[in-house]
Amino acid sequence: MKIVESWLREWVDPDLETVELGHQLTMLGHEVEAIAFEGHGLDGVVVAEVVDVGKHPDADRLSVCKVSAGGREIIDVVCGAPNVFKGMKSPLAMPGLKLPNGVKLRKSKIRGVVSNGMLCSAVELGLGEEADGIISLPADAPVGEPLVDYLELPDAVFDLNLTPNRGDCFCVLGIAREIAALTGAELRGAEIDTVAATIDDTLPVELLEPAGCPVFAGRVIRNIDPHARSPLWMIERLRRAGLREIHPVVDITNYVMLELGQPLHAYDLGLVKGGIRPRLAKRGEKVTLLDEKEVNVNDDTLVITDDSGVIGLAGIMGGLSTAVSEQTTDVFFEAAFWPQEYMAGRARAYGMHTDASMRFERGVDPEGQGRAVERASSLLVEISGGKAGPLVMTTAEEHIPPRRQISLRRNRLAKLLGVEIADQQITDILNRLQLSTTVTDTGWDVIAPPHRFDIEIEADLIEEIARIHGYDKIPETTAIAETPLETVTETRVDMELVASTLTARDYQEVVTYSFVGAEADELISGHASELVLSNPISSEMSVMRSSLVAGMLEAAANNTARQQERVRIFEIGKSFHGKLEHHDEVVRIAALATGPALPEQWGSNGLNVDFFDIKADVEAILRLSSDEQQIDFEQVTNPALQPGQAATITRNGETIGVVGRVHPKIARRFELKTAAYIFELDAEKAMSTVAPQAKSISKFPAIRRDIAVIVDEKISADDLLRAAASAAPRLVTDIRIFDVYQGPGIEAGLKSVAIGLILQETSRTLTDDDADAAQAAAVKKLQQEFAAVLRD
Amino acid sequence: MQALNELVEAAASQIDAAGDLAALDSVRVQYLGKKGELTTRLKGLSELPADERPEAGQEINRAKQDVQQRINARRQSLEEHALEKKLVEDAVDVSLPGRGPSIGGRHPVMRTMQRIEKIFRNAGFGVRSGPEIEDDFHNFTALNIPENHPARAEHDTFYFPGGNLLRTHTSPVQIRSIVEEGVPIRIIAPGRVYRCDSDQTHTPMFHQVEGLVIDENISFANLKAVLHQFVEAFFERKAELRFRPSYFPFTEPSAEVDVRWGEGKWLEILGCGMVHPNVLETAGVDAEKYTGYAFGIGIERLAMLRYGVSDLRTFFENDLRFLEQFR
Repeated sequence: MKIVESWLREWVDPDLETVELGHQLTMLGHEVEAIAFEGHGLDGVVVAEVVDVGKHPDADRLSVCKVSAGGREIIDVVCGAPNVFKGMKSPLAMPGLKLPNGVKLRKSKIRGVVSNGMLCSAVELGLGEEADGIISLPADAPVGEPLVDYLELPDAVFDLNLTPNRGDCFCVLGIAREIAALTGAELRGAEIDTVAATIDDTLPVELLEPAGCPVFAGRVIRNIDPHARSPLWMIERLRRAGLREIHPVVDITNYVMLELGQPLHAYDLGLVKGGIRPRLAKRGEKVTLLDEKEVNVNDDTLVITDDSGVIGLAGIMGGLSTAVSEQTTDVFFEAAFWPQEYMAGRARAYGMHTDASMRFERGVDPEGQGRAVERASSLLVEISGGKAGPLVMTTAEEHIPPRRQISLRRNRLAKLLGVEIADQQITDILNRLQLSTTVTDTGWDVIAPPHRFDIEIEADLIEEIARIHGYDKIPETTAIAETPLETVTETRVDMELVASTLTARDYQEVVTYSFVGAEADELISGHASELVLSNPISSEMSVMRSSLVAGMLEAAANNTARQQERVRIFEIGKSFHGKLEHHDEVVRIAALATGPALPEQWGSNGLNVDFFDIKADVEAILRLSSDEQQIDFEQVTNPALQPGQAATITRNGETIGVVGRVHPKIARRFELKTAAYIFELDAEKAMSTVAPQAKSISKFPAIRRDIAVIVDEKISADDLLRAAASAAPRLVTDIRIFDVYQGPGIEAGLKSVAIGLILQETSRTLTDDDADAAQAAAVKKLQQEFAAVLRD
Repeated sequence: MQALNELVEAAASQIDAAGDLAALDSVRVQYLGKKGELTTRLKGLSELPADERPEAGQEINRAKQDVQQRINARRQSLEEHALEKKLVEDAVDVSLPGRGPSIGGRHPVMRTMQRIEKIFRNAGFGVRSGPEIEDDFHNFTALNIPENHPARAEHDTFYFPGGNLLRTHTSPVQIRSIVEEGVPIRIIAPGRVYRCDSDQTHTPMFHQVEGLVIDENISFANLKAVLHQFVEAFFERKAELRFRPSYFPFTEPSAEVDVRWGEGKWLEILGCGMVHPNVLETAGVDAEKYTGYAFGIGIERLAMLRYGVSDLRTFFENDLRFLEQFR
């Protein structure tokens, strides 16, 4: 919302410089996003008259003008504008002046003809963003007057970011009221001149949906001059506020809206059939709007109708069939109160957003309609002449929002704000805001004026007082709620620890989007997600991810495409499962590694990462849990993973995740050129833990016995270890595989596995005999279960 | 028979000539070994007349000791030489980089989130979370944003068929936490939020931290204090804060907070306010008895200010060259 400073100061003129005024607006809650300064540096520009226009001898497109700037002297000015004409009033800049666009004017020869000045366009003077020629000032512009005086420059325009609750502030009047309340400066011009009716003509208005239109102010004005133009001061104000000159009648409705906040509509009276009847639209109704687009109207939308049907969308945009034009001589002004609940979201449903709809959605003063029509009428009669009929107010009183009485307690105010404010000051603030007050035992009974429909409860009044008193005058006092201490749980491994473990293992954390492409998600999970967004940003972000892997693959591919051949990344975040009616959100830990296992370095073999590298990482994470756990890795078929290098991870029999090599087809789909390995864990299931319970450590020495056996290559390491350990469960405190070999010396299809048994007793020193017996038992077990052959 | 002193001299010259420990040892064996020349002489004492034996024995023993000492000295010297030599051989180029893996790092947004969490945990705040796929009630209605409220238009919301949505802020966790835990309450709720908006200054997903404190006498003055302390703790420097009136349907009064250092520019960093009575009542709290404050902090915004990141979108491009700066 743009507020023109000179316009504002006509209504309230506090003793504040422009920038300070802007600051005060910001501190009132009407954030000034920018201040545009206009008309600075134009001191040497005057109103001039083009006395004569002659052809340039050497250039068809240039003219040589005789120009008077008020003195006796007539100067020659070369001008390239196509719109120059004899008798034209236009701004003249003299040599030596530096224009706002940075050009310094010099007396110069243009194609052999001396030019003693420059006739200027709006762009050249910084008074507009486009121009099709030099500025044509009104015929009565006083020659020789400095342009800044004539145009009331310099001026400034505040660009305000208004909050949606303050519909009353979308106008000069609203902002003026705020400034007056803050500074105590007098609010002027609130009394609007009324226009006495000189004819009796009216247009019948019938409220068919009274709750949707409790107030309808209308007025007929006949016999206006169709050739009249809006005055420069109005065009200038509209321009500074961001609106273009269109037609005096339209300019006036815009002007009044910007000034008073009440949108108006003007009809060409001669084109209205019968009377005006606002109502809800019926199914199937259509209307062609001012912008010449036809819309099918929904039945929740208020429309204006006449005998011909729908002639406009109420509070959004008028219709083409009754639009004001160059031929219009009779006008009907409408200013209605369309309640917020009838306006909210309606314009958006048609892909529209107009100055009117924006205001009605936020709410307008339910008592401001008559005033707006009076203001518009007096402007129209002044500009275009014509005879006004009487102002007709058609109302449905029972639907006009009543003025509420709200109690304000001084204790409550002190409690909520944490500061005591003197009674007198509170009364003053409320009154300056045009809230009427009655003192009670505990505080005040307050009635808000109709334009402050946002004030509904005591807290709203407290905010008003805090706002005018100044948030900066509220002290800072430390106090926090009396709540019990928070626990620091040991039932789940802290995700911070998981993250730092992964970073210590050379993984970089990434954050990827929670939504991915439907196709990508299905490739990873093997089934289509049901959690599909209705309005995604793009098809690549259309479903909630059921796995973090798609995002990991994309991040990895983006990096390899940027010459990062070694990528090791992880993410901790939610995956989404189930159906729309009932979904689950599961925190997962996912990691991906591709490229060399180690950063390129001397003394390293440069091998790429493989299954067992990433398996070590996932095992390290699982070891963070102190819970007694049986972790198993078993071959699995997983749509995302390469068969034979894919394992499901179970913990005490429950599936907690997967680890493996990304399926080559999927790697290709994501344009990954090297083998990528991933793991993904369900954080809740994988990372539950308990407080560790200490066991006593044996004081007696341990004995190690190694066994090397040859077995079928399909027998899993896990099975071998489990069998060997079970042979002497009490003595085996640790067991490990320290070599696996296939190759020369071992028959194809077989493998040699070397197992180390760590044997220990808690109560005595183990003898060699004990150890030998345990070793023999283990060998026997392996022979029985797997037909293992002892290797020499 | 060679004179004893000649024997010692011969031994001495051999010892000096021994170039390594093995050579030295063979000299030792030659003279002091079981069949060594001095050992043999000692054994030969028995062939001397009894009265000559003690003197001769002493002489031989002195000679033995002499030789032994020379050997020891020579050994020590040889060992030192050998060590010296080995040390020279073992020298490495210490400027060569160490071997093994490198180290990864946290994402700057997560790092920021963690710091914010720590600051509030240290002040006794609990940390809560809530679902990211939310229902309309928790995301809007319970927060005093009824259907068709103009504030809804400012939340560019992602919807699912049937009306559920991706939460547009972390504020729904306020409602869930109050309902679950009751009051008094003192929590923050960090997490992902979503808006259907994507341009230079907006990403469709970003992070917020919600803060909520409710008790019998919580005031706007308390809110001002906690946020000022937070900002100074987060940026590790004195800061000036400016509370500007603003509007959020779920707080009243509401404020936006700007920060600046020294005479610098005001930078908007967060929104806050006193919990709206309607929100308290909806969550089942007696709004007469209890008051509270709430705030919502944009994590990316703070991360950008803290780490000098100028383009929000870089946080989600996951370019390792960018991320690796945040070790």
